[in-house]
Amino acid sequence: MKDSTHDASNRTLSNLDLETPEKPYLDSNELIINMGPQHPATHGVLRVILKLDGEKVLGTECVIGYLHRGVEKIAENRTYTMFNPYVDRMDYVAAVSNGLGYCEAVEKLMNVEAPARAKYIRVILTELNRIASHQLWLGTHALDIGAMTPLFYTFRDREEILKIFEKYCGARLTTHAFRIGGCQYETYAGFEKEVKNFLTFVAPKIDEYEELLTTNRIWIERTRNVGVISAADAIGLGVTGPVLRASGVKWDLRKAQPYAAYSEFDFDIPTGTNGDTYDRYLVRMAEMRQSLRIIEQAVNRIPEGPIMAKVPKIIKPPVGEIYHSIEAPKGELGYFIVSDGSTQPYRLRVRPPSFVNLQALDIMVRGLLVADVVAVIGTIDIVLGEVDR
Amino acid sequence: MPNFIMSYLGIKDAITPGAAGSQFWALVYVFIIFAGVSVAVMAMNWLERKALAHFQIRLGPMRVGPHGLLQPIADAIKLMLKEDIIPAEADQFVFWVAPLIGLLAAFTVYTVIPFGPSQAVSDMNIGILFMLGVSSLGVLGIVVAGWASNSHYPLIGALRSSAQMVSYEVAMGLAVVSAILMTSLNAAGTGTLSMIGIVQAQQQQGVWFIFKFFPLGLIAFGIFAIAMIAETNRAPFDMAEAESELTAGYHTEYSGLRWSLFMLAEYAAMIAVSSIAVALWLGGWMRPFPNLLHGPAWDFIFSLFPSFTFLGLAAIAVVGTVRMPAHSFFKIQRIGLAAFAAVLGFIALLLLVIAVAGRSADAGVAASSAARFREGIDYVYWFVFKVAIFMYLFIWYRATWPRYRFDQLMKIGWKVMLPISLVVLIATAIVGVLVS
Repeated sequence: MKDSTHDASNRTLSNLDLETPEKPYLDSNELIINMGPQHPATHGVLRVILKLDGEKVLGTECVIGYLHRGVEKIAENRTYTMFNPYVDRMDYVAAVSNGLGYCEAVEKLMNVEAPARAKYIRVILTELNRIASHQLWLGTHALDIGAMTPLFYTFRDREEILKIFEKYCGARLTTHAFRIGGCQYETYAGFEKEVKNFLTFVAPKIDEYEELLTTNRIWIERTRNVGVISAADAIGLGVTGPVLRASGVKWDLRKAQPYAAYSEFDFDIPTGTNGDTYDRYLVRMAEMRQSLRIIEQAVNRIPEGPIMAKVPKIIKPPVGEIYHSIEAPKGELGYFIVSDGSTQPYRLRVRPPSFVNLQALDIMVRGLLVADVVAVIGTIDIVLGEVDR
Repeated sequence: MPNFIMSYLGIKDAITPGAAGSQFWALVYVFIIFAGVSVAVMAMNWLERKALAHFQIRLGPMRVGPHGLLQPIADAIKLMLKEDIIPAEADQFVFWVAPLIGLLAAFTVYTVIPFGPSQAVSDMNIGILFMLGVSSLGVLGIVVAGWASNSHYPLIGALRSSAQMVSYEVAMGLAVVSAILMTSLNAAGTGTLSMIGIVQAQQQQGVWFIFKFFPLGLIAFGIFAIAMIAETNRAPFDMAEAESELTAGYHTEYSGLRWSLFMLAEYAAMIAVSSIAVALWLGGWMRPFPNLLHGPAWDFIFSLFPSFTFLGLAAIAVVGTVRMPAHSFFKIQRIGLAAFAAVLGFIALLLLVIAVAGRSADAGVAASSAARFREGIDYVYWFVFKVAIFMYLFIWYRATWPRYRFDQLMKIGWKVMLPISLVVLIATAIVGVLVS
């Protein structure tokens, strides 16, 4: 469906149209309101300028950069190995995925391939991280819509994943789990058993979240037909990840251009139909279950062997450029690296899913109410560390 | 004093039996109620934090006092000591007066709440009307606070809550009218607006109005129960202070003591509306099944309940004391909790003595006054017990449900609850006429 009030191809510089030649002032019932950067529901330091008519949203403008740390510039002054921990700090709730994308991009640039066992470990940890990220999203999203309790349930269960991370690599959040060429650490004793225990532990917990929300009348009323984005608009804006899939586009990089060991596993891509907040919720819930499937297959079939490919101590990729992208929990996470043959990247550019998906906010919330703005910000699932980098 | 006040407070056993009696006792009751409600709000504050925490697999306050029992006191002291900030752009006087309006409205309602047939400040003949009128004044405090803050979020919060409270009052009022209709089903065919009179009507008819003309009474009660959540701005209708949307709604700019006055008013209003529901539909001060289980023996058994309640609380405190870690860090907390258990146990014992002493009313002057005292305790106990159930429900709702959106809230208010309450009102009237 096409949004009549808004046309993605015909955007003015400012979404707000604060001053047009015909009307350089606000009507008496119009209101400009600053949501953020200090606001409980903007997930960090996002600032959204809202133009309201009463409570109806006439336009939005996102102001970002409050968490800008110049990650891409830092990359130019660090060796490839030294830069690895920095990527964890972008999407800090899915640090493992960030590391995977970076390591695979550099490996591709160097024409190295990680050993099979390392690939399996990578898949297991990345999928665990996807569940953790979705759990955190679910908790905060529900909190934004006013349901306090799911937050604590999801955080309780996310803790089990973080424990596995901590045992594997010593860190819980910014894990730095992978190295260029494979993994640095062999799995600890009992890793597979613990992962399997986690699978049996978390499956009923996901049902529990669904019990709280999926058929909850208020939840459905708050999310159905809220923040609708059509497949055409989503593709036009470059939206990826669950947001795109909820609009009915079956696009998942794990299937579309398999990386790591994903081609060896059997899993489905859950998609929605309406592209509304409720569909995005259902897609993410289904994705958690699919992740469990992937982990189960991976942990049962994990091969023996080395975990590190033959990589020189000093990493010096040949001159060239590479773009490699993976399916992070939030969407397509891409790394574009230009190498001049030295130990440091000449230029490193990150394509962060949160940043790109956030552009869809304006399309989604026009004509809705203030309460829907927080619901939509929550459903896009942004992490400001990644938006601002 | 002006005559109209005197007419409310003066001795008037000729009008309705069980009025508070004299001005002196009215004054005493005012002080008791003010202190009691303040303590109840503090207890509710603690209970909400603990219960909510346990719903959410947390512990809640644990540090200040054993199991955080002193947390509300610590909070109150903190809030009182905080710097008193009035934003420079705010309307100083209105900003100052807004929390007082809310508080005044919330507390004034208690003048007509019937804790017992003679345990009330006054027995106005327009009790319920007075109650609805005064409690809806609370919205004025919120609107004024939002406007005086001269800030966007409070303004939106204030507008939301005024619209919400005004629209839910309609359904609420109609539900109340259907209960009032039921009071007129007596030989004389005259109903009453007096709160005490409404409870006595339930006593005479031998049925709580929630069960009257089943399911009409139940539906009316349900409508009131929903509307009262909206009326007090509690989840899932807490639009006015929707934290994730409007930071804190109408009291965003308030801090310290002023903010705590808003909180006090909110909790006091919650207790007040629950009291209305209890008085109108749940038989007010009456104990359960007075029509089935009557006679001196049953009276005695039910009069043991207050004592047993405190005994149960004491037992919980004792269990808490025993289960506390043996480390010396917990020594003071153990002593404190043990002392608390002892106090609760002492109260339980006292109530037990009163219950036993007041068993029969005809033995002598001492026994008859003990019996009257016992009766009074029973009345207040059952009333507070029923209100406490509502308080727990308020917490339960908050832990369970997401928040409605503003337009959905209005839709429910006007398109669902108003028609239902109208139908219930008309049906009650028709059934009432047919029955009598």
